[in-house]
Amino acid sequence: MKVTDIVEKLGLKVWSGHEGLGKEITGGYASDLLSDVMGHAGAGNAWITIQTHRNVMAIASLRDLSAVIISCGEKPGDDTMAQSNEEGIPVLGSDLSTFGLSGRLYTLIG
Amino acid sequence: MSFEYKVTGGDFTHAGYASSQVKKMLKQLGVDSTIIKRVVVCLYEAEVNIVAHAYDGVINIVLDADNIFMKLTDNGPGIADIEMAMQKGYSTASPEVREMGFGAGMGLPNISANADRFIITSEPGRGTSLEITINLSGTVA
Repeated sequence: MKVTDIVEKLGLKVWSGHEGLGKEITGGYASDLLSDVMGHAGAGNAWITIQTHRNVMAIASLRDLSAVIISCGEKPGDDTMAQSNEEGIPVLGSDLSTFGLSGRLYTLIG
Repeated sequence: MSFEYKVTGGDFTHAGYASSQVKKMLKQLGVDSTIIKRVVVCLYEAEVNIVAHAYDGVINIVLDADNIFMKLTDNGPGIADIEMAMQKGYSTASPEVREMGFGAGMGLPNISANADRFIITSEPGRGTSLEITINLSGTVA
């Protein structure tokens, strides 16, 4: 399943990184602790978090994640979106909670 | 090959720069992706530790056909009890750093789990030094 498919199926907002919408999603990871994601997320995962600052993109890029999904209607920082565009890793958004998003994403790709 | 990167304490905007550069280089050299992952986890955690805890620091990377050796030396408060710092969940990070999702006491254990050799030394009041070696297992193209 591609990033663009989950955007459509979960009704996600695409904040930035449109270039990466064709990336393949291998699974998901939900956490707000950056070291946890660094240590445990898998390459190609979609990462669900309420963290919105730029370091999120450093993690996403270093761990080859396919997308970041920001939950609870939070808005990513401008520098986060700039780096997302630079890296071609989409930052997506939803008003759903991390729990709600995780459940729906798991149903789709789990 | 050897490389040096400087790290400034408190500068979260550039945290991960050295890790990103090293990752690109290893990719270009054709190093196996699971080994690159381990290098990146170790280096990023160590780099962020300097940003989160120290005043400044230097990262030295030495790469040869067999290993990548990463030495990170900082000027900072040091670690009074290394054994305690190595325990999962123990952290002295500030509330601001924790709010960003850092400082969960997972950094040093992550390094330990991913390095082939990991030596940490510290002098309280002066700084901390990390030496991390990861075997490239002849995967350099």
